[in-house]
Amino acid sequence: MSEQTPETQLVVIGAGPGGYAAAFLAADMGMQVTLVDPEVNPGGVCLYRGCIPSKALLHVAKLVAESHLAAEWGIKYAEPKIDLEKLRGWKNSVVSKLTGGLGLLSKQRSVRYVQGTAGFLDSHTLSVKSKAGGEEKLSFEHAIIATGSRPAMIPGAPEKSARVLDSTSALDLANVPKTLLVVGGGYIGLELGTVYTALGTKVSVVEMTDGLMPGADRDLVNVLAKRLEKEFQSVMLKTKVVEMKETEKGIRVKFEGESAASSQTYDKVLISTGRKPNSAIPGLEKTKVVVGSGGFIQVNLQRQTADPSIYAIGDVAGEPMLAHKASHEGRAAVEAIAGHKVAFEPRAIPAVIFTDPEIAWCGLTETQAQTENRPVKVAKFPWAASGRALTLGRTDGLTKLLIDPATERVLGVGIAGVGAGDLIAEGVLAIEMAALASDVELTIHPHPTLSETVMQAAEVFFGTSTDFYRPKKK
Amino acid sequence: MATEFRLPELGENIQAGDVVKLLISPGDKVNQDQAVLELETDKATIEVPSSVSGTVKQVLVKTGEKLKIGQVIFTVESSGATAAVAPPSTTSAAAEPQSNAAPAPAPAKAAPIKAEENAATARAVAPPVENPVSAGEGSPAGPSGLAPAAPSVRRVARETGVDINLVPGTGPGGRISAEDVMHYARDIIRGKPAAGGAPSAAPLPDFRKWGEVEAQPMSNIRRKTAEHLAQAWSNIPQVTQYDKADITELEELRKRYASRAEKAGGKLTVTAIALKVVAAALQVFPQFAASVDAARNEIVYKKYSHIGVAVDTDRGLLVPVVRDVAKKNIIQLSSELAQLAEKARNKKLGLEEMEGGVFTITNLGGIGGTAFSPIVNYPEVAILGLSRSQKEPVYLDGQFAPRLMLPLSLSYDHRLIDGADAARFLRWVAEAIEQPFLLPLQG
Repeated sequence: MSEQTPETQLVVIGAGPGGYAAAFLAADMGMQVTLVDPEVNPGGVCLYRGCIPSKALLHVAKLVAESHLAAEWGIKYAEPKIDLEKLRGWKNSVVSKLTGGLGLLSKQRSVRYVQGTAGFLDSHTLSVKSKAGGEEKLSFEHAIIATGSRPAMIPGAPEKSARVLDSTSALDLANVPKTLLVVGGGYIGLELGTVYTALGTKVSVVEMTDGLMPGADRDLVNVLAKRLEKEFQSVMLKTKVVEMKETEKGIRVKFEGESAASSQTYDKVLISTGRKPNSAIPGLEKTKVVVGSGGFIQVNLQRQTADPSIYAIGDVAGEPMLAHKASHEGRAAVEAIAGHKVAFEPRAIPAVIFTDPEIAWCGLTETQAQTENRPVKVAKFPWAASGRALTLGRTDGLTKLLIDPATERVLGVGIAGVGAGDLIAEGVLAIEMAALASDVELTIHPHPTLSETVMQAAEVFFGTSTDFYRPKKK
Repeated sequence: MATEFRLPELGENIQAGDVVKLLISPGDKVNQDQAVLELETDKATIEVPSSVSGTVKQVLVKTGEKLKIGQVIFTVESSGATAAVAPPSTTSAAAEPQSNAAPAPAPAKAAPIKAEENAATARAVAPPVENPVSAGEGSPAGPSGLAPAAPSVRRVARETGVDINLVPGTGPGGRISAEDVMHYARDIIRGKPAAGGAPSAAPLPDFRKWGEVEAQPMSNIRRKTAEHLAQAWSNIPQVTQYDKADITELEELRKRYASRAEKAGGKLTVTAIALKVVAAALQVFPQFAASVDAARNEIVYKKYSHIGVAVDTDRGLLVPVVRDVAKKNIIQLSSELAQLAEKARNKKLGLEEMEGGVFTITNLGGIGGTAFSPIVNYPEVAILGLSRSQKEPVYLDGQFAPRLMLPLSLSYDHRLIDGADAARFLRWVAEAIEQPFLLPLQG
């Protein structure tokens, strides 16, 4: 046994927002860190094929939508000409700027970045295959699995067809199809549907349940649904795709359900029915790590797996599959590894859908309160009463607070409207700080902004809203 | 060659101890049998003798640290003596444990405990491990039932080893501040039962050492019962008085009138009769329906006659309260009791139906036993237990006769009730049961 195995204190497998946040914090805390990922630079799905490129394109979509809206204010633009190559180039430049920056940050922190893949040999050894060629054994004190997730495919979809897209290929913007069917009315489908609509595609959405965005409160979703019904060619609810066949003209899709013709042909079909955790890591069975239901790796509050030297964070460790959840988990795991007494125990994880208008919520939802039979008071402030919303020409919005009747503590916040994703941060802070409705009401918010609607909703709770007359019932 | 000295077996049942004093430091010469540290176990403070000789190279423990049998205490450059026990170590094994190397609490459920640590690899200190939750569980959920405290305060609590959910918050809406956490922690250290939390019990041993175990969460009823009884037990100096009542004649009457009670939807049980008897006794001995207000140095006498009856359900013990017992006849009481017991078993009992009692009766006679000591149902001051009645030879009118005897046990709060009063009370109850005519006569 003369072979010298290189050692690392911490190895992080996967360099998405969870993985690189963990690796960077560990390096900042003085650990010796190796970060393994198949891409050239850190970033993961979020930066390469998820949050970031989709937001760049959604910004473009919003610009196009606003240019149409401007006609109502006396400003008329010609129909936009879309230079797809340039648009793609801009999107890619955003991605490479961010990922390149992360590569630089890794170097500055002396994180050893290996472009490649990793498999376990035992609870303290990895086999790392470098993309440049070569394979090395790496022994570690601790490992963090941050391998993320991938788009789920539905059975029966023609898999190799260029006409069948998942979120990754949809973001590649190969062309602008005339018609697009989005299968699955969740946030990925609606965001990408919005992008393609702005580029000129006629988009239809098919969703199995009785509403878009299953899980989100209906009053928030309705604000978006009203607009999407106008923007999209059709929204088919309670409808299932039973067959997909590629023909010369496109993909022929057979439906079954309430609101659909029995079959229809689309240029392209986007499958956005969810994501699956990447827990099929080679050699994982040689460790004590336990993979539970749904393919998620089981972890405790410190994100430690059943194998004491191995942690797991992000999409692979459970719902919700969100970048900001992953990065916080990554930080908690690193602090736990360093021996600090910490736990990943958020009171609220914000969820945002970046459509136009946006929907965002955090903490308790009304749906959840109902299922748990938990008494809550709901205070709603409609944006029609917001001066700022009027000046934007966008009064289609709603801000609501869910309040504990006993303590008047803010338990949940939901916002629908332009910029909701940015506004929700105040709600998350309120919930984490255990703020009372009066704390929110008594905090001065800048005028005229949409952020006032949060304060105004608290005023509605007390029946004293300045701009929205809704006296308290006696 | 470097040799490790590990904490040797110190005696039966000693698993661990705290380092009180280190008697060696790096560079010291140490001889076999020389005392190297003082260890405080739960039995005594022991000087631990070395089994090795040589120059101390590294000391791997600190004062105040908890040591387990087999843990490495120091290494020596061996002077060629008696290193029989110590396995060879690698240089990398000499990692200095971190200062907060507190004993890892109960290891994760899913992770099997490693009985011995692998001496060949350097190990960082295990972080505190909590029960693993399955993937995703708990994370997206809203703040249901979570303590109202800011993230920074929650972190302070975790670092101090305080369960944030037990800390009473002094802020608006019960919000918990960092000060609240520190006060709570200080109270625990001073040994005061901290407000809101039960005094903490000694940590459990790891039962898995001896065989298979299964941990199940306590049901709410079980938890409440545990809290309530522990509180009663620790607050009330209680004594149990035993007696027996001859129910031979009562049994005749009971059988004779059983059908009347049945018509009213009840069952003429000994418990129903005891309810009526106790209500009458409470009017003669009002201090048995009182409460002690220790804070105000007052005795609170209750002028109503609501009496609780312990009911055994498949979810645990419940005590529904029969209202105004003194104003009802035994037939009414028996049907009301049947209804309450039925409700208790069907989870239909409202909280208000379990409140307001002044006295409790618990009857284990249906199951068996000759006597038991019930625990006073705080804030009440007395409880009457009934056991199984049995035919016994009783010396009556110059000869032994078979009589049906009902064993009675009365536990009482000795702060308020003297032994003589308790004996009188229980005698009164026994006589009233023996001669039902006494009830209208005296009660």
